[in-house]
Amino acid sequence: MISIQGLSKVFTSNKSNTAAVDNLTLSIDQGDIFGVIGYSGAGKSTFVRLLNRLEEPTSGRITMNDKEITTLNKRELRLVRQDIGMVFQHFNLLWSRTVADNIAFPLEIAGIPKAERDNRVKTLIELVGLTGKETSYPAQLSGGQKQRVGIARALANKPKVLLCDEATSALDPETTNAILDLLVNINKNLGLTIILITHEMQVIRKICNQVAVMENGKIVEQGNVLDVFLHPKQTVTKKFVKQIMGSDEEDSDISHVMNRYQNGKLIRLHFVGETTNDALISQIIKKYGVDISILQGKITQTQAGAYGTLFIQMDGNEKDMNKAISFVREETSVELEVIHDAN
Amino acid sequence: MLTNLLPNIKVEDFIEATYETFYMTIIALVGTFIIGLLLGLLLFLTQKGGIWQNKLLNLVIATVVNVFRAIPFIILILLLFPFTNFLIGTIRGPNAALPALIIGAAPFYGRLVEIALREVDKGVVEAAKAMGAKTSTIIFKVLLPESMPALISGITVTAIALIGYTAMAGAIGAGGLGSYAYYSGFQRRDFDVVLICSIIIVCIVFLFQFIGDYVSRKLDKR
Repeated sequence: MISIQGLSKVFTSNKSNTAAVDNLTLSIDQGDIFGVIGYSGAGKSTFVRLLNRLEEPTSGRITMNDKEITTLNKRELRLVRQDIGMVFQHFNLLWSRTVADNIAFPLEIAGIPKAERDNRVKTLIELVGLTGKETSYPAQLSGGQKQRVGIARALANKPKVLLCDEATSALDPETTNAILDLLVNINKNLGLTIILITHEMQVIRKICNQVAVMENGKIVEQGNVLDVFLHPKQTVTKKFVKQIMGSDEEDSDISHVMNRYQNGKLIRLHFVGETTNDALISQIIKKYGVDISILQGKITQTQAGAYGTLFIQMDGNEKDMNKAISFVREETSVELEVIHDAN
Repeated sequence: MLTNLLPNIKVEDFIEATYETFYMTIIALVGTFIIGLLLGLLLFLTQKGGIWQNKLLNLVIATVVNVFRAIPFIILILLLFPFTNFLIGTIRGPNAALPALIIGAAPFYGRLVEIALREVDKGVVEAAKAMGAKTSTIIFKVLLPESMPALISGITVTAIALIGYTAMAGAIGAGGLGSYAYYSGFQRRDFDVVLICSIIIVCIVFLFQFIGDYVSRKLDKR
């Protein structure tokens, strides 16, 4: 459990003071994958660097696993840092060391004996899927492989918290997905808390269960990923949700379809949760003998299940259709709205 | 035929002079490497935003470095005569040249070290800090290994400057090829001696350059 109270960081330049992080209060549960999203300059990178005091906070408190980070002296801070893994956007590997030696570096810092170090490095290399690359130098690796080394290195001292500062921002979409899968695996198998900074909503959607949206050094919106997707309140949040869902206007503009489908009912289904896995559409068709055409929609998968909107046209016996509608409304978590009824 | 063309050449004297040049260059190079590395590290670490940020110390070291780099080498030797006499007990011979050679070359190398260290990726230093590394760990396991190719090319450049310095020191009595070329060659109007000395010095320079380039390339895994 990480708790942050009134955390601020003010950068002072010649004349002006800029609050990169402004009086931030937040708590993150053990085992969460907590995403922080924001545009460049929102202060998210500063925020994550405050957590292990790579930046010294101007004011505020950070408590991590009952240890107050903000009051530690230099020596204590070094020891605590060994328990906090960090993954960087540009990997920050030592080019002069091989893959295995890079991963062994934090173990050397922690003073682990050589034999144990070698064992641990072997396990980590397998964990991140780099077997056979032990003696390669970073310059010989692809971006995705470099980040795997970065992750293995961050995990070397068995940390309880992993900080990811734009860990996938320098990678192509496919590699990003592979790295995100790796992070989810690590989170599940090792049970460590991951705090992840990103400007890509895709990343939040794919692996986070909690999200905080940052703007001008403040958290403007925070909560369960699905809730934030479903009911974005702030303009900036809406923009981020739009990144993956397309705009609302675009989705709800079905006037052109309405003219083509004169029969039956035009229905909007809103998925918020896991019901997509239950083959809802085919269930309705089989159970109630109605015809369904899928007109338009977009469904996306989050860590908490499916989320999205689907427009369908339902045709058939009026009684059956009403039964089908009440089934969806009462038995599932899908929100249903009849937009147009030809009958 | 060779003796006709080069009537004044005595092979034993050349071997002796070449040995002295090597001796002065290599001992001075070792001293320069150690002192220059220290100066460069201090300059880098005490600079603004550095690990040991210290405006005053940085200013003092930078001033010392700049002053000693500004003094022409031939004058530096003269200035250092009392110091050399106190340290070595004489102001003649290869050993007497060493203090001046080191004091002349170390500030130069110190600047090169500072530049090399600045080229080290700040992100890597930050990563080491995030892992809980001590300053000594950052210096010996990050800064120095990551800047090694530049440190080696720097010492190569310095070595070549040092070979030049030994010749200058030779002209005022330090021994070596410079001394031989000046006293036995130039002053006696035996220009064949000057020519051969020059050729040997050029070969020594090439040798150092070749070794430096090779080592630097071998170490660079980027």
